[in-house]
Amino acid sequence: MARSTSKDAQALFQSLRSAYAATPTNLKIIDLYVVFAVLTAAIQIVYMAIVGSFPFNSFLSGVLSCIGTAVLAVCLRIQVNKDNKEFKDLPPERAFADFVLCNLVLHLVIMNFLG
Amino acid sequence: MATRNLGGFLVLVLAFTICEAASVFQPISDSHLSAALELFAPVSGSFGSLEETYEALRTFEILGIDKKPDGSSTTCHSVEETVGSSSSTPKDLLYALRVNRILKCKVNEENFKGIVSMLKAAVNDASSLLDFYYSVGSLVLIKEQSSDADLLLDDADGIFHSIKALSQSDGRWRYSSNNPESSTYAAGLALEALAGVVSLASSEIDQSAIGTLKSDILKLFDSIEKYDDGAFYFDEKVVGARQHHGPLSTTSSVVRGLTAFASVTSGNLNLPGDKILGLAKFFLGIGIPGDAKDFFNQIDSLACLENNRISVPLILSLPATVLSLTKKDQLKVKVNTVLGSDAPPLTVKLVRASVSGSKDVSIENLDLKFDKESASHFLDVLPKTVDVGKYLFVFEVVFHDSEHEKVYATGGRTQVPIFVTGVIKIDNTEIAILDSDLGSIETQKKLAFTSFIQSFIGQETQKKLDLAGHNVVSLSANHLQKLRLSFQLTTPLGQVFKPHQAFLKLRHETKVEHIFVVGNSGKFEIVLDFLGLVEKLYYLSGSYDIQLTVGDSVMENSFLKAIGLIDLDLPEAPEKAARPPLQPIDPYSKYGPKAEISHIFRAPEKLPPKELSLTFLGLTVVPFIGFLVGLLRLGVNLKNFPSSTIPATFAFLFHLGIAAVLLLYVLFWVKLDLFTTLKALGLLGTFLLFVGHRILSHLASASAKLKSA
Repeated sequence: MARSTSKDAQALFQSLRSAYAATPTNLKIIDLYVVFAVLTAAIQIVYMAIVGSFPFNSFLSGVLSCIGTAVLAVCLRIQVNKDNKEFKDLPPERAFADFVLCNLVLHLVIMNFLG
Repeated sequence: MATRNLGGFLVLVLAFTICEAASVFQPISDSHLSAALELFAPVSGSFGSLEETYEALRTFEILGIDKKPDGSSTTCHSVEETVGSSSSTPKDLLYALRVNRILKCKVNEENFKGIVSMLKAAVNDASSLLDFYYSVGSLVLIKEQSSDADLLLDDADGIFHSIKALSQSDGRWRYSSNNPESSTYAAGLALEALAGVVSLASSEIDQSAIGTLKSDILKLFDSIEKYDDGAFYFDEKVVGARQHHGPLSTTSSVVRGLTAFASVTSGNLNLPGDKILGLAKFFLGIGIPGDAKDFFNQIDSLACLENNRISVPLILSLPATVLSLTKKDQLKVKVNTVLGSDAPPLTVKLVRASVSGSKDVSIENLDLKFDKESASHFLDVLPKTVDVGKYLFVFEVVFHDSEHEKVYATGGRTQVPIFVTGVIKIDNTEIAILDSDLGSIETQKKLAFTSFIQSFIGQETQKKLDLAGHNVVSLSANHLQKLRLSFQLTTPLGQVFKPHQAFLKLRHETKVEHIFVVGNSGKFEIVLDFLGLVEKLYYLSGSYDIQLTVGDSVMENSFLKAIGLIDLDLPEAPEKAARPPLQPIDPYSKYGPKAEISHIFRAPEKLPPKELSLTFLGLTVVPFIGFLVGLLRLGVNLKNFPSSTIPATFAFLFHLGIAAVLLLYVLFWVKLDLFTTLKALGLLGTFLLFVGHRILSHLASASAKLKSA
C-alpha cells in the first residue's frame, strides 16, 4: 500500500515535472521569483518565532513586503500566461508596467511602515 | 547621659537669667570696644564720607580707643580741601570741622577766616532749621579750633528769635516756616543750634527768651514715651514724614540738643532726674547695635549724658543675678556712670528682698560693704533667711555727700530680680507595687532608689555615678496592681520645695511614651492604677522604662533620670481598642536627605544575541542566491535587450529610474521625511512613467511585429 502510494506520488511528480518543463521560460522566472519571495518571508517568520516579535512593525513590513511582491508576481504571471484567454488582449509589457508600478507603491508603504 | 541632662538644665537656667537680666542695665563695657572696632573698620584706610569718619572717630574718642585711622593724612587732606574750598556746603563744613576737632589737622588760619564770613552770611540768610543748624554748628566748632577769627554774632538775638519762630506749642520744631510738619528730631537740632547761638552771642541773650525755651523743653518732655522697664525715649509722632527718624536717632538728637543747651545756660532746667536716667536706660537697653549709625548715636548720647549739667545718671548693675547657696556667692552691686566710670562715694542699701509674688520680706535694710579694689558693693553672706527661689531685691543709693544728690540721678529705688539657687534635698523616696483592693504592699524598694538618686546628685558621691546601673530598680506588675512613687523635696532651709516640673514617664519597648504629672500634696506622690490605665497604655504588655524628671530654675540638681524598669502584664486588647499611635519619625530626619527619586524608564526590549540576528540576515540572502542560481539554470539571458541606441538608452534610463526610486526609499527609511520623499517621488515617477512608456511600447510593438511576421 505504502509502496504503491510512493509510486503514485513519484508518478505524480514525474507528470508534474514533465508538464512544467513545457512552461515558457518567462513564467518560470516569475515562479522562481515567487518562490524566492515566499522563502524570504518564511525565514523572517522563523526568525520571529525564535527571537520574538519585538520590532513588530519591522517584522510585519519585512514579511508583507515579500508576500506582497509574491502576490503581485502571481498576478503578473496570470496576465502574462498565454493560456489565460481573458488576458489575451493585454500585452505582457503592460502587465509588467503594472507590476513595476504596484511594487513601487507597495514598497513606499512598506518603507513608511518600517520605521 | 546624666551629666548631659544636668547640663541642659543649667543652660535653661542660664538662658532664663539672661532674659531676666535684660531689665538690669549694664553700663558700657569692653564688649562695646570690640564691637566698635568691628563696626567702624576702615576700608583701605578711610571710613568713607566725612560724616562717617566723624562718627567713627567720635565713637573711638568716647570709648577711649586710641586708634586714629591709618589714613589720617588722607582724611586730613579731605578736611583741608573741604575747609579751603569756597563751594563747600555748611553741612560738609560742619562734618569737616568735627573731624578736625578730633584729628587736629593743620588747617590754614586764612581758610577759617574765609569760611567764617561765608557762614555768618549763611546764618543771617538762613530760613530753614537745617541751614541754621549746620552754619551755627560750624561757627561753634571754628570758635574752638581757631583763636583769632572774629566769630561773635552781632545779631544773636535776632537769630535766636528766628530759630525760635519755628517752634511749635508742644515743644517740637518745624524744619522750615513753610513746612507745617513738626518733628521731635528737629527739636533736638534746634536746641543744639540755639545753644550755639547763645555761645556765639556778642551780648547777653534776652533771659526771657531763654526762659520760654526752657518751658518749651519741659513741654517736649511731656511727650516722652516710656517702656515698662523704666526706659524713656522720644519718638517721632508723624510716621512717613519726609525724613523719618527712629526712636534711637530721635532720642539721641534731643539728648544732644538738651545737653548742649544746658551747658551754655545758667540756672536749672527743672527736669526730673528719673527721666534723664530713663533716657540713659533706653540707650543702654539697646545693648550693642549692629549698625554703625545706631552705635554712634548710642555712644554719643551716652557721652552727652555722662557729663551733662542737668543730672548725671548713675547705673546700678549686678555682675550676676543668679546667686548659688551652695557656692556661697556674694551679692555684688556696682554703681557706675553710663560709660562705666566710678561713681562718687556712696552706699548701696538693700532696702528689701522678698520672694517675688509674695509679701514676706526676707531681708530688710542692709548696707552693702564697699570693696575699693573691684569698686563694687557687696554683701558677704546672704542672710540665713534667704532660701532658694526667685527674689526681688530693692536697692537704694545713698550719697555720702548730700550735694551729689542734685548732680546725680539714681532713680530712687532699683528693683532687681535675683535667683537664689541651691541643692534641693530629696528624701523618703519610695517606689512600690500595691495590690489594688487590699492596699497591701507587694514590693517595695526604698533604699535602692534613694541612694541611687543621692549618688546621682550628691557632690561627695559623684564618683558613684558609674555604679548607677546597679541601682536600677526592676519591678513587675499586672493590671490589677498599682505603682506608687513618692518622694519629698526640701530646700536648704528645710522647707517644702515645689519644682516647676515633676514628671514620671513610662516608655514601652516600642517607644510609646506616657507622661504623668507627679502630684504634690505636701509630699510628691503619684499612684498609677494600671486598671484604669490599660486603655491609655494601649494594652501593651511588656517592659516599660521609668523616667523621673524634676526640674526648676533655682534647683541646682535638676535631674532627668531613668529609675528602672517595670514589667507590666496587661490583658489582651479587645477588638475596638485604640491602636498605639505611630511613633513620629525622627523630627531631624526632615532636614536630612530626601528619599531618592527613581525614574522609571521603559525597560529596553530584550534583543536577541547579535550572532543570531546576523545569521538570519545571511539566511535571508540565501533565497536570493537561490533565485540567481535558478535564473542561471533556466538560461536567462539579456538577448531581448534592445540593440538600437534610442530604445537601449530608454531601457537603461528605465532601469536607472527604478533603481533611483528604490534608493529614494532607502533614503526615506534612513533620514528623509514623507513630504520630501513624495516630492522627489513625484518627479522620479513622471520620469519613470515617460521612459517606461517609451521602452515598453517599443517592446510591445517589436513583439507585435514579431507575431505578425
